[in-house]
Amino acid sequence: METGKENKIIKSESAANEKASTRRGFLKLSLLAGGVALAGAEVTRMLAGPKTSNGEKIKLLSKDGKLVEVDSANVHAVVVDSTAGTNIRQGVPGKKFVRVIDLARCSNERACIEGCQKQHNLLPPIEWIKVKKMQDVEMESPYWFPQMCYHCDNPPCTKVCPVDATFKRSDGLVQTDNSRCIGCKFCMAACPYSARSFNFGRPEQTAYFEKHKDDPGICPTSKPENYGTVSKCDGCPDDMAKGILPACVRKCPNGVIFYGDENEDTVSNGDEIFQLSALLTERAGYRQFDTLGTKPRTYYLPPVKRNFPFQEAKEKHNTQE
Amino acid sequence: MQEKYSKMESDLLQPIRKISLAGKIWIGFLIIACLCGLYAYYLQESRSKYETIALRDYTMWGVYISTFVFYVALSLVGALMSAILKLINFEWYRPLARIAQIISVSAIIMAGLCIDSAMGRPDRLYYLLLHGRLQSPIVWDVIVVVTYIAASCLLLFIPMLPEMAICRDRLTEKPAWMRWMYNKLSFGWKGAPEQWKIVKRSVHILAVMVVPLGVSIHTVTAWLFATTLRPEWDSTNFGPYFVSGAFLLGCAAMIVAVYMIRKFYHYEKYLTVKHFDRMGKMLVLLGLCYTYFNVNEYLVPSYKMSGLHANHLLDLFVGESAAMYWMVAVFGFIIPGTLPMFKAMRKPLPLTIIATTVVIAAWFKRYLIVIPGLSHTFLPIQDVPESWTHYTPSLIEMTIVGATFAALLLIVTLFSRLFPIISIWEVAEGEGVNLSRINKHIKSKMV
Repeated sequence: METGKENKIIKSESAANEKASTRRGFLKLSLLAGGVALAGAEVTRMLAGPKTSNGEKIKLLSKDGKLVEVDSANVHAVVVDSTAGTNIRQGVPGKKFVRVIDLARCSNERACIEGCQKQHNLLPPIEWIKVKKMQDVEMESPYWFPQMCYHCDNPPCTKVCPVDATFKRSDGLVQTDNSRCIGCKFCMAACPYSARSFNFGRPEQTAYFEKHKDDPGICPTSKPENYGTVSKCDGCPDDMAKGILPACVRKCPNGVIFYGDENEDTVSNGDEIFQLSALLTERAGYRQFDTLGTKPRTYYLPPVKRNFPFQEAKEKHNTQE
Repeated sequence: MQEKYSKMESDLLQPIRKISLAGKIWIGFLIIACLCGLYAYYLQESRSKYETIALRDYTMWGVYISTFVFYVALSLVGALMSAILKLINFEWYRPLARIAQIISVSAIIMAGLCIDSAMGRPDRLYYLLLHGRLQSPIVWDVIVVVTYIAASCLLLFIPMLPEMAICRDRLTEKPAWMRWMYNKLSFGWKGAPEQWKIVKRSVHILAVMVVPLGVSIHTVTAWLFATTLRPEWDSTNFGPYFVSGAFLLGCAAMIVAVYMIRKFYHYEKYLTVKHFDRMGKMLVLLGLCYTYFNVNEYLVPSYKMSGLHANHLLDLFVGESAAMYWMVAVFGFIIPGTLPMFKAMRKPLPLTIIATTVVIAAWFKRYLIVIPGLSHTFLPIQDVPESWTHYTPSLIEMTIVGATFAALLLIVTLFSRLFPIISIWEVAEGEGVNLSRINKHIKSKMV
């Protein structure tokens, strides 16, 4: 996980926090491989050792945060698929990626936007993740609303694509294959969240893509540089396959965005780990425009008991054509 | 009777025999307009689209798509004026059928060109065949459009078979290539009773086919919008609403076309005042139908004024798009639905003026359906440059769209200069000429 982050995070009262440091190791391993992870130096020896029952018990952390004992013979090393994340059409095995955004923590620092743009070689005004000022009711205080592709479970965009250029993967991510896209933009019309962006070949952007195409940071599976095609937040599958959290999560100074795996029932912002189901229950998690039936894989925690009072943006962004 | 037929034949072949200077200038003008469009298309495809066209991430569909919808609507004129009238035994269809059919075929070609211009990667068009997936409404559209164009071409061509033989035998002064073409296209037409039977039977079957196909293509085109979750398009009314608008546009376009052909080819005898009177009545009926669907489409959601629809509806009624919206309402369906109720308004000139405004309003109507809605998204549009929030078509886009109109007129004009634009045998049959006489006529020339 990313280190050196300022410890601005105000700890939640969730019980899960007490074991934060243990869980961090747990999450890192589990993100890497999927399945159950072990704690302590014992683990390596156990994994390498014989597979016959020897009566030896080892301690494991269960999905709901309980310490349990299992016979070491029943523990198997998880095979890491080294090709995972390199093929746009293939999901990372065993994963069901999910995202939680804590609206009580966002102060519109825009670090997620810049991080994402750097990660994918995007220049403003293209933003795969946006931060919008929202105000649902006049009497309520406005709040900042980070928003990107929600990787819906009933995605309207993939239904309408005539050539299977955008599709749902086994790991829950909705991806676009830019070598297949014919640029009809039907998916953009179909997405009610306006999450998709089109490469119209803005000269500065094209030159930037060319200049930085070999940068180490970029996610190689998505190819927004493909002229005349649609792209959007790809959920950073290359990083996730390696156990690295997406750029928007890593760069956020306030720990607003959590990323994780629904199969493991955990999400993390790099500093904290929560049990997904508990977090959503306790904090009344919701999905944007759930009534549309799109079943987003992105949950919001309502902007209550905020860490910051709402402040208007100091400057206008993306004013340049 | 024989004399009457000969006069008719010679009248209807006249535009092919001689092209006046004005006719040549007209063709030259259309060719230049098409070349401008080709050049604009070259510029669009060879340079950055961010600079050549005004589309951005929010308004990602612009005039190309709205004009595409316009052309698909226009292409229903064949189903209406040649097939439906024929099937319900409205005898006055006879001189109109071919005019409607050629407009129909060229409109659908132009619809295809609009789609090609709208695509980000036209070089990958064949992916639709390679990777096409049946659940996408685009693939449905491709399937019905291709079927409709095939049926329409046949419905245009099969009734022309006897006339190709007439052209072959009559237009002996024409250059060799034209006579060769007529000869080939006549497919050895001899006018045998068996051949007449096959022609009539095929035309009848095709006329029956083309009506549901026409309704399908425009319904599927409506579904391209109605299958999305966008509030302004989220309507169960969309299919019939589009189809009724298409029939209205078809009728209006037909009035304009008939007026022009009548005037320039001096066809007053064939395209009569009576035709205008009837098309005028038809315009009223279709105008009222379209008004009805518009009331359903806009009045019912505006009664509720739900949060999702309010943005879009208020923009149309009192906002930025209001001027265009109300102009379209008045000229697009209120006037055609009422004015031609009066006999004086069904005379050729007044009716043509009304019909012209209907055609123009119909183009803006499609613009209003496609574009303003796109800028009223569910989530607010923030932090974007000015050009991302307001779409105004660029010069290149408008040149290409203009060129497709020129190309449509060019196809219709050239067709009328190569083939009889009014079906000789169908009119003759309507006038009581025995078809066997036409047979004899051809045969005598063949000997």
